[in-house]
Amino acid sequence: MTSAPHRFALIQRVLHWLMAVCILAMLFIGVGMVSTVAPKYLPLILVHKTIGVTLLVLVLIRLALRLYYGAPPLPADLSRPMKFGAKLSHQLLYGLMIVMPLLGFGMLWAAAYPVVLYGGIRIPALLPQSDLMHTLLWNAHVYLGFAFFALVLLHLAAGLFHALIRRDGVFASISLLPLWDRVTQAK
Amino acid sequence: MNQGKLPRSGLGSLVLIAAVVGGGAAAFAYTAGWFSPGRLTPERMIAALTPPSGPPLGHRRNHAKGICFTGTFEANGNGAELSRARVFAQGHYPALGRFNLGTADPNAVDATVRVRGLGLLITTADGEEWRMAMINPPFFAVSTPQAFHDLLIASGKKDPEAMKAFIQANPEFGPFAAWAKTAPWTGSYAEEPYNGLNSFVFTDAGGGDHTVRWSLLPSAQPIPISQADLEKRGPDYLEQEITERVRTAGPLRWTMVTTVADPGDPTADPSKAWPENRRKVEVGTLIVQRIEPERDGPCRDINFDPAVLPQGIRVSDDPFPAARSSVYRKSYDLRAAEARDYPRTGTAKP
Repeated sequence: MTSAPHRFALIQRVLHWLMAVCILAMLFIGVGMVSTVAPKYLPLILVHKTIGVTLLVLVLIRLALRLYYGAPPLPADLSRPMKFGAKLSHQLLYGLMIVMPLLGFGMLWAAAYPVVLYGGIRIPALLPQSDLMHTLLWNAHVYLGFAFFALVLLHLAAGLFHALIRRDGVFASISLLPLWDRVTQAK
Repeated sequence: MNQGKLPRSGLGSLVLIAAVVGGGAAAFAYTAGWFSPGRLTPERMIAALTPPSGPPLGHRRNHAKGICFTGTFEANGNGAELSRARVFAQGHYPALGRFNLGTADPNAVDATVRVRGLGLLITTADGEEWRMAMINPPFFAVSTPQAFHDLLIASGKKDPEAMKAFIQANPEFGPFAAWAKTAPWTGSYAEEPYNGLNSFVFTDAGGGDHTVRWSLLPSAQPIPISQADLEKRGPDYLEQEITERVRTAGPLRWTMVTTVADPGDPTADPSKAWPENRRKVEVGTLIVQRIEPERDGPCRDINFDPAVLPQGIRVSDDPFPAARSSVYRKSYDLRAAEARDYPRTGTAKP
């Protein structure tokens, strides 16, 4: 009933929701930390860097799982533009998940900051100091961060649209809760 | 399927989706400070630092006038009892730094700037960095970052009542004003002490914490000079003097002294000096061996962010290192983006 073609594998679903929480936290921490001079600035930036590395590792694992397991097909009755939009938005989300941490670390390296994570773990610099590179990477990290948040909101709206209005099993394919399966499959 | 016509709960679902998306966007905007005009942001601090003539493009937003040095930090090993940081193990560690003036104007006349500073970066072989930025007064002007912002705003106003109101609201400024009025001027960066002022926590090998402040005390004998005489020596005398001094007399030395707080000392307030009888430990010597202009020098692209600390040193309850870190980062982002306004070649000041 709930075999591979209809749902993502459990590990994929767990990773999806774990990363969803972390990415939302990252986006909020990002805009919060750069707009304060309060003592919380330092722990926030430390957490931001640490979750950033963690997310980069997780997205690579997730991409490998996606290539191995594939994804359930979209509902046959979904219109062409919606299918296209769904595919494009997922590719953009994956792209941003990979690119954002790289831009973040790149901009720190280009500013000659030591990159130190929680627990004192140091990431060696892979870029030399460069004003120009720092500015490019910093701008990209900031503006793509806003684009990422907009895309997350769109993704959230689409997910709720599938779950509440179309009730077409798309949300159930990624849901962790069995309740959602029953609701959507009873349809 | 139901494409085109929504089920009965469709309208409610649409409202719910709109609420989730709108609420998410609003929460994001709130976190970014867009609904909080009163929040002290790095942008507001930098706006307060900006002189009426405009921002010093390509330069640090404060302590904008400076000159680079390189040298060595020679640890004598005594610091190891306070902190397990590698930099306190007996040995020599490369040091990079910058003598500077506490002004937002990179073209300021030396004799018009009361506060002098020293930025320092010490690196250990394992790649750890200790960055710090010190100044010559024995205590800071104010108790909190907000008060520093208010000081910048008040002192930038032509209305003398503004400063009076500021001092009334921030009485801790009194001792600093007295220092600024009475402390002797010197004619050399080499003759100044440089004080960390902010407190940090050192952790020793046994896990014991010690809250400390540190100072660099010059081996050069300070020779007082009047402000008027300093002015006569020229607008950029200090940079010429330090270059000439190192060229002719060789390396300059400062002893690094850490002062350990007693329980109950005001560790969160850099405007309050600790009593003189506190335990002091000499941990090493800074040796300045080479002076280079900032324009294309090794300190130009270094952000002397006082929150970049090695294992064994961490911030205390003093709110300034976090605030300085946040504002220095913003200042670095700005000047890096403006690098073309401060070309690396050429000698003419912008």
